[in-house]
Amino acid sequence: MSAILEKPGFNPDRKYKIIGTSPVKHDGFDKVTGRAKFAADFFLPGMLIGKFLRSPHPHAFVRKIDVSRAEKLAGVKAVVTRDDFPELKPGTGGGDMSRIAMAREKVYWEGHPVAAVAAVSETIARKALKLIKVDYEVLPHVIDPVAAMAPNAPILHDYLRTKGVKGPDAEKKTNVVERLELSVGDAEEGFKEADVVVEHTYDTKPMHQGYIEPQSSVANVSEDGQVELWCCTQAPWVYRDRLTEILKLDSAKIRIQQSELGGGFGGKTTFYTEPVAILLSKKAKAPVKMTLTRVEVMKATGPVSGTQTRTKMGCKKDGTIVAADSELIFQTGPYTGSAFTNAPQAMFTRYELKNVKTVSYEVVSNRPKVSSFRAPCVPQAVFGVEDVVSELAKKIGMDPIDFRLKNAIKEGHKTIYGETFTKIGFIETLEAAKACDHYKSPVPKGQGRGVACGFWFNRGGETTGTVNLAPDGTVNIILGTADVAGSRMSMSMMAAEEFGIPVDRVRSILADTHSLGYNRVTAGSRTTFSSGMIVVDATRKIIAELTRRAAKIWGVPEDGVIFEDGHCRPASSNVGNFEPLSMKDIASKTTYTMGAISGHSEMNVTGAGPGFGLHIVDVKVDRETGLTQIMRYTVVEDAGKAISPMQVEGQYQGGAVQGIGWALNEEYIYGADGKLQNAGFLDYRMPVASDVPMIDTVIVEVPNPKHPFGLRGVGEVPVTPTMAAVGNAIGECIGIRPRSLPMTPPKVLKLIEEAEAKGLLPKH
Amino acid sequence: MSKKHHLAMNVNGDDYEFLCETHQSLLDVLRDELMLTGTKEGCATGDCGACSVTLDGRLACSCLVLAVECEGAKIGTIEGMARGDVLHPLQRNFLELNGLQCGICTPGILIAARSLLERNPDPSETEIRYWLAGNLCRCTGYDKIIRSVQAAAKEMRGA
Ligand code: FES
Ligand code: FES
Repeated sequence: MSAILEKPGFNPDRKYKIIGTSPVKHDGFDKVTGRAKFAADFFLPGMLIGKFLRSPHPHAFVRKIDVSRAEKLAGVKAVVTRDDFPELKPGTGGGDMSRIAMAREKVYWEGHPVAAVAAVSETIARKALKLIKVDYEVLPHVIDPVAAMAPNAPILHDYLRTKGVKGPDAEKKTNVVERLELSVGDAEEGFKEADVVVEHTYDTKPMHQGYIEPQSSVANVSEDGQVELWCCTQAPWVYRDRLTEILKLDSAKIRIQQSELGGGFGGKTTFYTEPVAILLSKKAKAPVKMTLTRVEVMKATGPVSGTQTRTKMGCKKDGTIVAADSELIFQTGPYTGSAFTNAPQAMFTRYELKNVKTVSYEVVSNRPKVSSFRAPCVPQAVFGVEDVVSELAKKIGMDPIDFRLKNAIKEGHKTIYGETFTKIGFIETLEAAKACDHYKSPVPKGQGRGVACGFWFNRGGETTGTVNLAPDGTVNIILGTADVAGSRMSMSMMAAEEFGIPVDRVRSILADTHSLGYNRVTAGSRTTFSSGMIVVDATRKIIAELTRRAAKIWGVPEDGVIFEDGHCRPASSNVGNFEPLSMKDIASKTTYTMGAISGHSEMNVTGAGPGFGLHIVDVKVDRETGLTQIMRYTVVEDAGKAISPMQVEGQYQGGAVQGIGWALNEEYIYGADGKLQNAGFLDYRMPVASDVPMIDTVIVEVPNPKHPFGLRGVGEVPVTPTMAAVGNAIGECIGIRPRSLPMTPPKVLKLIEEAEAKGLLPKH
Repeated sequence: MSKKHHLAMNVNGDDYEFLCETHQSLLDVLRDELMLTGTKEGCATGDCGACSVTLDGRLACSCLVLAVECEGAKIGTIEGMARGDVLHPLQRNFLELNGLQCGICTPGILIAARSLLERNPDPSETEIRYWLAGNLCRCTGYDKIIRSVQAAAKEMRGA
């Protein structure tokens, strides 16, 4: 175990010079001038354009693919189909990945790739696609996960058997990938102690990550099989290792350079164009660029799991929650991999609960394979939990935040998944929420206020990085994690703080996969934490070397030298009377004689501090149209320590507005034919500037003692409670809480009518 | 094979000649023929604003304009926004107030915001929000974008 993991050197009294300020991001300049190179901005001489042919059917056997006419079209340089992919066993990780990239036996969703063409122009590539003949045997399809669980549902995979099921059902053909039970105590017994029990069912719809930059990659394969790949990705090393697996390549022969990333939110943790671009380039013997259109992005990448859930909780009159019980169904698209197990682990992890039962199912159906999104699979479950919690509070006449405080977990809590928490900031977050101006101010007339809480584990994991000190005393940092919103700057700030030099003397870059060892995906709010740990560790190694060299220059023992504020100084006057040596003094004096001064670090970073947040939202609902307007929104969240507060605020605000979209508008709409009907930004409506107000933020700082600066990840938590908070606010406003996403005007209008009929509609 | 069209237009004060196919959009030509890749494509259907440029002084989605319509036109793109080393106040305020995260929407938003401030030097928050409603940003939640525009407007008014 690396020393820094045991002794991070966190000091609560440390006075920071750079941490906690918000300097301009170094990578920002190129982004405001249009110079930044995103994936589609990359060009190579002689580059061809690659295009996909996609299935028009949601479910069909692919009998035959005839590409002969396409291949003969002038300007076409390569055509790729399933025959060009190594055959991997279906139902294995590699087998599934390969089949998502290019259909093999069957197509499983409308938009599933069946062939691809590389040509000298896009026009010719498109013409060639029209010349490919695919012979399909169309099969019955199933879109809805509950329908997919029914006994007579069309079966997607003959080989599939439900994991976690015993008895005769264990051998049945099914669309249910897994049944997972995660429980503690005895829920049934627990409910016996309850004075009040609340139970409801919920459904949430798949939403798309909605990054504005469509996936794009350029592959260049040389005659001897060396692959160069430029693409937008949150996971260059994961791409490398999976590409080597499904294309049977040597890792040493594939080098991936990540571009600037035009948004990912989890959706760029898995590849689409890359394996196909590589195969096309190999065949064509020229670089090939493949860029998805927005329609392709909507139909064939992402989205997020939709869910059907049932949640029941009970409490005593004094507000103590005694038991919880939940059943959750997650759709995953045609293949497993929804990360649904996060949900039962996280959904109640905020509250001190002795008796919990959860049963979760992951179900395949004829939709695009889901991909990660901020706190994968957790917001969907929280949408129900935080409704039930608020209703319990209301039923016993308690303030919703006080009710949550009464049941809040603290340091020492043992979670349902076995982790025991060290210092966490949930209580502090709730208290900060109670004290904030928004919560203290009365609910404006005619509006409704909702609150909801969220939790995310925050992650660490395998990370590497290098810090180099140049002879002129400036520093460059080579990072393996992707930068989704400004993490390069946070790394530069952490190194500058540790060295005690201005941050403008430091620059961070994103490495290609040949320049560093394996780095886990940038996801799960792990990057600033994990790469930060690596950078501080590497920085400390450089400081140790500077100290050694200063000792040598002065001819004193090493312990006679201390390092502070970017300088080596004699530890005391006993050591001698030496002028302090700056980093530049030492580096310029010794680099050309003793070698470069660098620090490198690699480790499986542990000690990520869990994150908690509470959202407060005021809404106004138009009773004639059912339209919900967000009037005021506040995000309160524990950041541990905000390295760059403006970037942290940006994460809170961005996450909340994505959640608002998911709450009010965003969904995948399918026709009876199994085809997606809203594959574009016009009909799949994400929030625009005029849909939302300013998003206020309160950064709570309860340091994570396992990190040198106390930080916690902040990116996932902000989306976890949003839909619940908005739902609760609408419920307050109209008297019935919506339990089906998105909470569109027609649905809300129906509830208003129902509330009116039942006499529940508040008067104002 | 049908022949390409030969056109000329002015981009950011520089004259360009280029060849294009009939169906190519102004966005395609800027990016793929002139290599001015600062203008981004998010949808190609006029719904995201990432491709915003000015066309003879008016704000336009370059993905919705056919290149063949641009003979003799004056186009303004993000590459022409700074004056040498001096950033436009909008650019500087976006940097200083963190009006960008990933930055893919930023060129389009800056061009759109500049158009707004040319017409209305003192827009209200609501006016900014409606003017920018054609520019999607998935990262920021818009808060810091709006604040950046407000700060730039204030600075440009000399207030
Ligand atoms: S690319 Fe033109 S509006 Fe989206
Ligand atoms: S900053 Fe990423 S889309 Fe706006």
